[in-house]
Amino acid sequence: MNTDLIRFSPGAFLAPVVDWLNANFHPFFDLVTRIIETTLGALETILLILPAYAVIAIVVIFSGLLVNIRVSIVSGIALGFCFLSGLWEASMQTLVLVTVSVCISVVIAFPIGVLAARNRTFEAVIRPVLDVMQTVPPWVYLIPAVMIFSLGRVPAIIATIVYGIPPMLRLTTLAFQQVPKDLLELGQATGASPRSILFKIEIPSATPTLLVGLNQCILLSLAIVVLAGLVGAGGLGAEVTRGLTRMEMGLGLRAGLAIVALAILLDRLSRGALQQRDMTEIQ
Amino acid sequence: MTHSKQHESDVLIDCQSVWKIFGARAKAAVDAVQRDGLSKTQILNEYDCVVGVSDASLQVRRGEIFCIMGLSGSGKSTLVRLLNRLIEPSLGRIMVKGKDISALNAAELRDMRARHIGMVFQSVALLPNRTVLENAAFGLEIRGVGKEERFKTARAALDKVGLSDWTGRYPSQLSGGMQQRVGLARAIAADPEIILMDEPFSALDPLIRRQLQDEFRQLTKSLGKSAVFITHDLEEAIRIGDRIAIMKDGVIVQVGDAEEIVTRPADDYVAEFVGGISRVHLVKAHSIMIPVAQYLSGPHTNIGALVRTTPEADIGALIDLTLQSGRDTIAVVDDGEVVGIVTTRALLGGVSGSQIATLAAA
Repeated sequence: MNTDLIRFSPGAFLAPVVDWLNANFHPFFDLVTRIIETTLGALETILLILPAYAVIAIVVIFSGLLVNIRVSIVSGIALGFCFLSGLWEASMQTLVLVTVSVCISVVIAFPIGVLAARNRTFEAVIRPVLDVMQTVPPWVYLIPAVMIFSLGRVPAIIATIVYGIPPMLRLTTLAFQQVPKDLLELGQATGASPRSILFKIEIPSATPTLLVGLNQCILLSLAIVVLAGLVGAGGLGAEVTRGLTRMEMGLGLRAGLAIVALAILLDRLSRGALQQRDMTEIQ
Repeated sequence: MTHSKQHESDVLIDCQSVWKIFGARAKAAVDAVQRDGLSKTQILNEYDCVVGVSDASLQVRRGEIFCIMGLSGSGKSTLVRLLNRLIEPSLGRIMVKGKDISALNAAELRDMRARHIGMVFQSVALLPNRTVLENAAFGLEIRGVGKEERFKTARAALDKVGLSDWTGRYPSQLSGGMQQRVGLARAIAADPEIILMDEPFSALDPLIRRQLQDEFRQLTKSLGKSAVFITHDLEEAIRIGDRIAIMKDGVIVQVGDAEEIVTRPADDYVAEFVGGISRVHLVKAHSIMIPVAQYLSGPHTNIGALVRTTPEADIGALIDLTLQSGRDTIAVVDDGEVVGIVTTRALLGGVSGSQIATLAAA
C-alpha cells in the first residue's frame, strides 16, 4: 500500500491559498505594508533623530516621575548598555518593532478575549486555535508572511503579532472571568448599563491580570522580533544573525545582551505600571 | 403621589405566587407546575430541576422592615433577587410601586433599580480601586449625577453611618463592619425607597453585628425607607424586622410580626426555631392574660384593687411590676376597661412558651 496517498500535507492546500491571496489581494497587502512601514519609519525617526543620551534622559526622567525611582535607574542602565555596546540604532529599531507589534496584538486580542470570557462556546472554539498559534515554531509563520509581504520588517511584525496575541488574549479572558461575581451583581443591582459595568467595574477589576498579559505579550514579542532578523527585519535580530553567520562571538554576545537589556527595560516599565497601582491602593 | 392612590401605594412590593425553578428543563417543569401542581420532589425527580422559590406571596408596605428568615438553601437569597429582577421569575407576578417589573424593558428596569431599589450585599461588594467616598457615590455616578453633587450626597450618607473621617481611604483599609457601613451608605446615597439587604451582617462578629442592626433599624426608620432584610438568624430578624417571613425549602411557611411567630408558630419547623428565642421582650400582656371571667370564677373577687398595665406591656415589664407591687396578679386595662388578668402562672407560662397548656390546666 502506498502511504503517500494518505499522507497529510497541509502545505499542499495552504500554498495555493497563499498564492491566491497574493494574486487577488495584492493591493490590500500593499496598503498594509505601506501603513506599517510608515508607522515604523516615523517612530524610528523620532527615536533616532534625538541623540542617544537625550532619549535615555527622557526615559529616565519620565519613568522616575510616573513609575518609581528604581524602574528609572534600571531603565537608564538598560538603555545605557544598548548605547555603550554600539548597538543603539539596532536597539531602537527593535524597540519600535516590538512596540508597534504589541500595540496591534493588544488591539486584536483584547476584544476577542473579552468576548471569549462572556461566551463559553466561543472560548472553546478559539482555545485550540490559540494552542496552535503558540506552539507552532514561530519561523513557520515567517514563510507565508514573507510570501505575502516579501522580505523586510512587515512579515516580521505579522509573525510577531500572531505570536503575541495568544498570551494577551488568554489573560484577558482570565482577567474578565475573574471579576468577582458580586461586583457584577452590584453593577446590575445599581442599574448600570453594560457599558458602565464594563468601564467602571470590569476593566478596573481586571487591570492587574491585564497588565500581566501585556507583560507576557511584550516579552514573547521581543523574542520573535529578534528571530525575525532572519527575514531582514533589521534591528538586534539582524546583528545576532550576522554574528551567527560570521561566527563573531563578540557581536553575537553584545547583540544578545542588548536584547536582554531591552527585555528588562520593557518588563520593568510595564510591571512598574502594575506596582504603582498597588501602591495607590495601599496609601 | 395623589391621595386617592394613597392606599394602593402603601404596598411597595407585591409578590404574587412567584416561582423560580432552576435547571435545563425549567420551562417544562414550570408548565407541569401550572398544569398538574407538581411538588418540589416530583419536579426534582421528573425534570431534574431545582425549585428555588415555590409559590411565594408577600407584601412589603411603605416604611416597614420586612425580614425574610431561612437557613441556607431555603431560597431567601433567590427570593430577594427576584424582587429587583436580578433573577427572572419562572412564574407569578412581582409588582414594585405598582409596576409589574417583568414588563419593564432593559432601560426601564435599570432606571427602576437605580432610583427605587437599592441593594446591600453580604460580601459588601465595594470596588477595591475606589475610595470610600467614590464607592458611596457609585449609584449616583451610574445615574449620571455630577461629580460635585454626588460627592456631597455621598458625604452626607457616610456621615449618617459614622464614616465621615474615612472618605479618602480605600476599602482594604477598613474593618468588615466599616466596609458594610460603606455598603449601606452607598445604598442610601442613591435615595431609593426600598433597600434590599442580602444577609448584610452575617459575616460580622456578634458585637459589631448587634450595633449595626440597631443602627440600621434606626437609620431606616428615620429616613422613612422600606427594607427587605434577608437573614439566617431569627434573633436578628426579631431585632430588626417589623414583620418576618420564615422560609423553608423555597416555601414561605409563615408571615407575621415577631410576637405572632414566637407565640403562634405555624408548624413544627418554626416552633423549633422559636424555641431558643427569649420571649421576655417579645410576648405582650394581651397574649398571656386570662379572661376576667375565668379569674373571677376562682376565689378572687376584687379586680379593682389590682395593679394595672396596658395590653402592650411585655413580660419583662410585667415581671418588674409584679416584683415591685408585691402582689401576684396584674389587671390589663385597655381604654379604661379591664380586659384580662395576668397571673404569676400566666407569666411563667409566657416565659417558657407553654402558656396555652397552662391555661387549659387552670
